Amino acid sequence: MTAKVGVITFPGTLDDTDAARAVRRAGAEAVPLWHADPDLRGVHAVIVPGGFSYGDYLRAGAIARFAPVMGPVIEAAGKGMPVLGICNGFQILCEAGLLPGAMTRNAGLRFICRDVWLRVANPDTAWTKTYDADQRILVPLKSGEGRFVAEQRTLDQLEGDGRVVFRYESAAPNGSSRDIAGVSSANGRVVGLMPHPEHAIDPATGPSADGLGLFTSVLTQLVES
Amino acid sequence: MARVVVNVMPKAEILDPQGQAVVGALPRLGFGGVREVRQGKHFELDVDDTVDDETLQQIAGTLLANPVIEDWSVTRVPENGTA
Repeated sequence: MTAKVGVITFPGTLDDTDAARAVRRAGAEAVPLWHADPDLRGVHAVIVPGGFSYGDYLRAGAIARFAPVMGPVIEAAGKGMPVLGICNGFQILCEAGLLPGAMTRNAGLRFICRDVWLRVANPDTAWTKTYDADQRILVPLKSGEGRFVAEQRTLDQLEGDGRVVFRYESAAPNGSSRDIAGVSSANGRVVGLMPHPEHAIDPATGPSADGLGLFTSVLTQLVES
Repeated sequence: MARVVVNVMPKAEILDPQGQAVVGALPRLGFGGVREVRQGKHFELDVDDTVDDETLQQIAGTLLANPVIEDWSVTRVPENGTA
C-alpha cells in the first residue's frame, strides 16, 4: 500500500505544488486537500504548506486556522497523525494551538529570502527520523513574519523537553528566540518550521536535496505504525 | 445596536519592530521627545443587544488577538459618543 500524504491548499497558499512534489519524490502519494474539505480523504499524514493563506489578513494563519479542513486536522493530530507545517503552515499550526509560540514580524522588518543552514536539533520526531543529531541542512527561508516568539518559561520547557527540532546555525536572521527555526508537539508527531524543506529536494531546483529527509522520515513512521 | 471598540496590542515583553521603526523615524522628521511607540490594532464592532460582554471577550481572545503575543481590551462606546 502506498502511503497517502495530504497537502492542504487554502486560498493564497503558494507552496502546495512543491510540497506535493516532495511527497511524490519521497515515494508517497500526494493527496490534494482543499480548505473547505470536511474530511481528510483517508490520508495518513498532512502537510500544511507555505504561502499567504487568506492574504495574511488579521494575522498570518489566523483565518486559515478556522477553515473547515482544520477541524479534522486538529482531531487527527490529537490521535497521533503526523502533521507538518511549513512557513505559513507553521503559523497556522501555532494559531490552531497544535504548536506552541507564535510568529511576529522579522526583527529587521525586511522580508528575508535566502538559503539558510539549519541544525537538526531533534532527530526523533515523526518528520526528522532520517536525519542525524546536529546534522546541517541547507534550505531556503522566505518570510516576512518568521520571528518565532514564546514566553521564557515556554522556551525553557521546549528546550528541556527536546521540542526544538531545528535551529538556525548562525544567529537567526529574523530574530527568532534562541535561534529556533522549528518546534514539535509534545509527542513529536506535529512539527512546524519557517524555512522550506520542500524547495530543497533536488539540487537541480534548489540549493540542496537536504530537505527531502523530512518527507522520507514520515514514510518510515507510517510503515512502522 | 452598540458600538464596541477592541484594542489589540503586542504584549510588553514582545519586541515590536514596527513601533521601533516609527520611533526611529520621528527624529529624522524633526519630531523630538517621543521615547517609545508601540503599534497595535483597533477594531470597531457594531453589535446587537444579544452580544454580552463575555461573548465579546471570547471574540477578542479567539480571533481578534493571539493571546500568545497580544493583550486586548474591550470597550463599549456610549450611544451619544458614536455620532
